[in-house]
Amino acid sequence: MTGHLLSVRDLRVGFGKVPEDNEVVHGVDFDLTAGETLAIVGESGSGKSVTAMSVNRLIGYSGGRILGGSMMFTRSDGTQVDLAALDEPALEKIRGRDIGMIFQEPMTSLNPVLTIGTQIEESFRLHHGMSGAGARVAAREALERVRIPDAERRLANAPHQLSGGMLQRVMIAIALAAQPRLLIADEPTTALDVTIQAQIMGLLAEMKRETDTGLIFITHDIGLVAGLADRIMVMQHGKVVEQGAIDAVLDDPQHDYTKHLLNAVPHFSDGKSVRRDHSRDGKSGRALDVKGLTVRFPVRAGLLRRARSNVHAVEDVSFDLMQGETLAVVGESGSGKSTTARAILGLVNATRGEITADKTGLGSADKPVQMVFQNPNASLNPRLTIAQILAEPLKAVGRHIDEAARARMVELLERVELPADSLPRYPHEFSGGQRQRLCIARSLMLNPSVLVLDEAVSALDVSVQARVLDLLADLQREFGLAYLFVSHDMAVVERIAHRIAVLYAGQIVEMGSAASVLADPRHSYTKRLISAVPSIERRHMEFAIDTRSVPSLMRPAGFEPDTAPWVEHGPDHLARAEG
Amino acid sequence: MGYAIRRLLVFPVVMFGVSVFVFVAVRLVPGDAIIAMLGTESGLLTPDQRAALAAYFGLDQNWFVQFWRWFSHVLQGDFGTSTTYGKPVLEIILNSFPLTLELALLSMLIALAIGLPAGVFAATRKDKPADLILRIVAMIGQSTPGFVVGLLAIFVLSVGFGVLPEMGSFVPITEDPLRNLGQLILPALTLGTAFAAAVIRISRAAMLDILSEDYVRTARSKGLSDRKVIWRHALPNALIPVVTLSGVEFGYLLGGAVLIEQIFALPGLGRVVLDAIQQRDYALVQGSVLFVAFNFMVVNLLVDLAYSALDPRIRLDKG
Repeated sequence: MTGHLLSVRDLRVGFGKVPEDNEVVHGVDFDLTAGETLAIVGESGSGKSVTAMSVNRLIGYSGGRILGGSMMFTRSDGTQVDLAALDEPALEKIRGRDIGMIFQEPMTSLNPVLTIGTQIEESFRLHHGMSGAGARVAAREALERVRIPDAERRLANAPHQLSGGMLQRVMIAIALAAQPRLLIADEPTTALDVTIQAQIMGLLAEMKRETDTGLIFITHDIGLVAGLADRIMVMQHGKVVEQGAIDAVLDDPQHDYTKHLLNAVPHFSDGKSVRRDHSRDGKSGRALDVKGLTVRFPVRAGLLRRARSNVHAVEDVSFDLMQGETLAVVGESGSGKSTTARAILGLVNATRGEITADKTGLGSADKPVQMVFQNPNASLNPRLTIAQILAEPLKAVGRHIDEAARARMVELLERVELPADSLPRYPHEFSGGQRQRLCIARSLMLNPSVLVLDEAVSALDVSVQARVLDLLADLQREFGLAYLFVSHDMAVVERIAHRIAVLYAGQIVEMGSAASVLADPRHSYTKRLISAVPSIERRHMEFAIDTRSVPSLMRPAGFEPDTAPWVEHGPDHLARAEG
Repeated sequence: MGYAIRRLLVFPVVMFGVSVFVFVAVRLVPGDAIIAMLGTESGLLTPDQRAALAAYFGLDQNWFVQFWRWFSHVLQGDFGTSTTYGKPVLEIILNSFPLTLELALLSMLIALAIGLPAGVFAATRKDKPADLILRIVAMIGQSTPGFVVGLLAIFVLSVGFGVLPEMGSFVPITEDPLRNLGQLILPALTLGTAFAAAVIRISRAAMLDILSEDYVRTARSKGLSDRKVIWRHALPNALIPVVTLSGVEFGYLLGGAVLIEQIFALPGLGRVVLDAIQQRDYALVQGSVLFVAFNFMVVNLLVDLAYSALDPRIRLDKG
């Protein structure tokens, strides 16, 4: 037992009024030594976050209670305490000082009404007894350590003025302020773009090299921690199913669930596993044609609120989409990929450009383009039954709900593998994956020729994600649907896309067949995007910290940007020339 | 800054709308100023005398002429002459307003001093006995009419203990602050406690929302004490609904607390407006309603400015 920084034995945690009846963590054991990184991996509901939040006992504030077990923690002065038995005043002395924590959502994890500086200084005041100018200097240095440019000015900023990636770096600065012996990171990169994720992972790797802080890293993505963790612990339904050294578990998993997770997680493999069930041979018709799509949002300012400048969200985007084909639009937040999707649906007004959708291909399409959104929980009205939800698209085009419509509902439910008796039920009776299937069924009610899938699987657990992707591919082959698949996740894109368009700062910088773009990226941004994707195969590569950020898209009114010419790199592979 | 100026530019437009509305409204009320002025004696007037009086007050003209005459004078700062008091309207309003303002400020102070800590306290002890008791107290406080509390307070303190309230003619704060406070403390308490109940309820609800926010969890993960987490991290975020509620209430109070002023015999703006309506004192009603509307707009502007001061995300210049 001695020598361990943290030694957890038989930890049991319950929730609710009678926690004993609602136990969600059933006897977890693990050890962590100083300087070691333990990855806790599992899907939602596996108890991984509950376990981590039990260590610093924040779980009590989320309605959880520790029912049993011990958590022996060695403090910096060598004394050992049982975290499970400490009272609140004693815990306050350990939180922050001995155990730091970073959370999943940097956007909501910092206090919106206090400046960044105040929130960092607070830790120095509390744990190092600093005050005034001393605390301010310490806060600035902490920001510089996490590579925030222009740190002095940033101290005076409020959180909403910083990007998600910067906020997560601020969170790391706060968590490391007191030089804790243990850092808990709860899905710290899940809400972030892939290149930003690489920055955060790089910072954590640097911390690991330079200090002997122990790290508990919670994630659903095995590929992500493969390069950072020393040991891995796989959880399912509140139990540890397997734990051991990282290489041993990844290369020779023992438990079925670990094997399942390793298979379910879409591994990015540089374009080796793209779909090859569609080719542009001229047989299939064109489902969607977008020419010169440009979307600009005016920024108003001054006493008379005139448009002084424009945000060039989408700039001269052109592409076409064949029946039965998937075009993946990839890029980071702010690249304009969602705006492109919304413009095609007519949800935002295009400043310029032509969008032509095929209305004949599948017969009775009143609205040939339909959309599936990211969050299935938020995109189904909880007060409507499934039958009412599926009827809505028909009502929207003025059709009556007749026997034929009912027959179609039943047929589509069957097609998306939901029970036939779902019609009178309500959305809350379905799981996340089932709800996304409902959304897909709804989008198919009007027989569209094009489906726009905006991050449609991002909110789902990995194994659910894999099944929904399979369903989408089946539906595509059966109905000859064209998909515009908007995503930030390169591994998912590799599984579903036939062609890829890479969006950067509102423009397509590279476009072509998925195999060619992923295996042989030509534009520097595409290269950066692909090299940032974590994968099990690349786990022994070093993370480099690249803190470049996306350029501002704000331009003075009347400004017309130049677009770089296309350079051909193969039969179906174009990239913008770079100066 | 640009925002405040833009808002101020809208003031005249709203004031004009209010002017038209109140001008028409007082004239739609049955009865006229001359009957109200002279009471039963008005029956003794000959038609000629009546006409002469009407002409003197300008009541013989059609509404458009009357409105323009009144409004053009208002634009020059002249709100006309009260038919009941025979004094300039503005003078009457400005005489009664300090009392109303003082009463409003005092009751707000009492309401926030009681309501905010109690609401925060209740939120941190959700569903525990202290919370339940405070919720019941707040419910009673909100559902009991203010005049009942006021009458009870007078009865208990004056008849029961022989102290307070200091009746007699009202003394301005500039003359005798202590006596003034003695006269105002009971009415202020009556108004303040009723409003405190509302503040308890809204600050409790807001705090409960905020306490489950991610950044409160972050604050705890830093090792901050419960006290700091609540007062420094949570409360500033919970203040916005409290400010909204207080702004509306304060605006109403600036229009005079009619019932309370009657009970405690205070010559505030509420009584002036009430008397003016009963007397069909058109100029005084119009002038005081305009004044009250102006106060309301100023308070609303201050509330909006307070939002952006409280929460840096609320940028008034945008959106």
